[in-house]
Amino acid sequence: MADTIEESAAAQATAVAQEDPHKLTNAKILSKLQELFGEASFTDVEEPYGLLTATTTRERIHDIIQTLASEQELKMHFLTTMCGIHYPENEGQELGMIYHLHSLVNNVRLRLKIFFPIADPVVPTLTDVYATANWMEREAYDFYGIIFQGHPNLIRILNVEDMDYHPMRREYPLEDGTREDKTDLFFGR
Amino acid sequence: MAVNDTLDGTHKIIEEARDQNFGMNVPMLNDFSQELTTLNLGPTHPATHGIFQNILQMDGERIVSGVPTIGYIHRAFEKIAERRPFYQITPLTDRMNYCSSPINNMGWHMTVEKLLGVTVPKRAQYMRVIMMELARIADHLVCNGILGVDTGAFTGFLYVFEERENIYEIYEEVCGSRLTTNMGRVGGMERDFSDVAIQKLRTWLKRFPDVMREFEKLFNRNRIFMDRTIDVGGITAEKALNYGFTGPNLRATGVDYDVRVMNPYSSYEDFDFEIPVGTKGDTYDRYLVRNAEIWQSLRIIEQALENLPEGPYHADAPHYYLPPKQAVYKNMEALIYHFKIIMGEIDAPVGEVYHSVEGGNGELGFYLISDGGRTPYRLHFRRPCFIYYQAYPEMVVGQSLSDAILTLSSMNVIAGELDA
Repeated sequence: MADTIEESAAAQATAVAQEDPHKLTNAKILSKLQELFGEASFTDVEEPYGLLTATTTRERIHDIIQTLASEQELKMHFLTTMCGIHYPENEGQELGMIYHLHSLVNNVRLRLKIFFPIADPVVPTLTDVYATANWMEREAYDFYGIIFQGHPNLIRILNVEDMDYHPMRREYPLEDGTREDKTDLFFGR
Repeated sequence: MAVNDTLDGTHKIIEEARDQNFGMNVPMLNDFSQELTTLNLGPTHPATHGIFQNILQMDGERIVSGVPTIGYIHRAFEKIAERRPFYQITPLTDRMNYCSSPINNMGWHMTVEKLLGVTVPKRAQYMRVIMMELARIADHLVCNGILGVDTGAFTGFLYVFEERENIYEIYEEVCGSRLTTNMGRVGGMERDFSDVAIQKLRTWLKRFPDVMREFEKLFNRNRIFMDRTIDVGGITAEKALNYGFTGPNLRATGVDYDVRVMNPYSSYEDFDFEIPVGTKGDTYDRYLVRNAEIWQSLRIIEQALENLPEGPYHADAPHYYLPPKQAVYKNMEALIYHFKIIMGEIDAPVGEVYHSVEGGNGELGFYLISDGGRTPYRLHFRRPCFIYYQAYPEMVVGQSLSDAILTLSSMNVIAGELDA
């Protein structure tokens, strides 16, 4: 009995030792990404709460995600979600798209960001890589007015079609900014 | 002349439908010269179980193409969330997948806890697991019960809805409300399980397996039910992954992706359970996977209740967790914290967090960007329904209308989650 326990413990130890070299760490993912796409492709590399985050450009994003979709080492074959974002104070980089990729085999995630000017909000579509990108891009278009070049059906999805603005942009406050009945000396809204 | 006009009109409709069909090259089954019927399925059709519309082109009984329209109950949750302190966002999450609100609530709380770096005590984690698994059971009961109704079998639905009612009574005992629960808080649960709650839970755990067995006996090998559901609305694993499927719908195709196992949260690693998977990804497989998951959830609840650790039911995080009401009346510090939390005057740290939980329908993700203020700078919900419902037109093309309705109800599309 004791022998078997020891054996299984030893087996587990070797299993762990064997597993470790293959375990993908964020550093390994990053070096693989830089090997594939060049070091200049990624800026602002961070790891907030353990999730590898990198900023790239809209010229490269389609190529990166398409290559990763069939790449066999990282196996980033699942597009979890994507969403738009608006930073009005970042001159020339106001709008952004944030992509979350997931490798279901290696169980690692990757977050990619792109930023581009609000005057020219055109980014390539991912619908040719992931069917799931279709509605997510329509949502981003609906909320932020981001134009996805090559999207087969870029119309509003959640809001009414004759809406003439993109409501998630920061210039549209949720409450009327001129209201005074809600201002408070200590807890100003 | 008139006939030609009509034909031209039909051509135009088909062309438009094809153009609008999300770019998917849907094969047209028949020659264009045949007359097609446009059928509005929804927005308020009882068989859609929610407010969303499908404009179907029908060739007799067969569906040629479908164009879904959604957004009828869009409530701008992502925009509203940008103006609200964290604890006020919990009621918004209730209203996404309203069949399993506690999962949404706790997924959100865990996201905020991850941002704040708060560690929740073991007891609260186990309590959360119990409530989340109850919610999963309730969610799956609704889906499978209504799938039965759509095939014409009302009995099973009534049997399991009584048990869903009992689950809601447990919710009520734990948090005071039933459908939109607003359960728990950032940092743990708002109160401990009362003796009545534990009692109700134990009674339910004794009662439910028999009802579930009876429900399965009514459907699982029922010839009519099998004929109606096998090979209906199937999808391959590759397509499902490409469409971003998660949850029972993905597992029915044979992919064993479950967030509870892949990235365990709230102590799911402590429990012994299995991930049921299907093979074909059709309606029958989805039904079986959901039923099997109910049994696994029961196992988890039993284990959690058996090993429920002693200790506090919330984290020691006075900046975020409301002090007990009695202390607020008597204790200066408690009053200050209470006031600051309620008025939303406590700033969160700067950071960005993605946290996902296994919701009733799949990976429910919360992507939170905080700029250090009292509210999120940006909050994005990854709603599994929204993501997998876009595969629906492709899944129903070539089917008859009655099969399309079964496909819809077995996918468990919840309008609240679809539209946010």
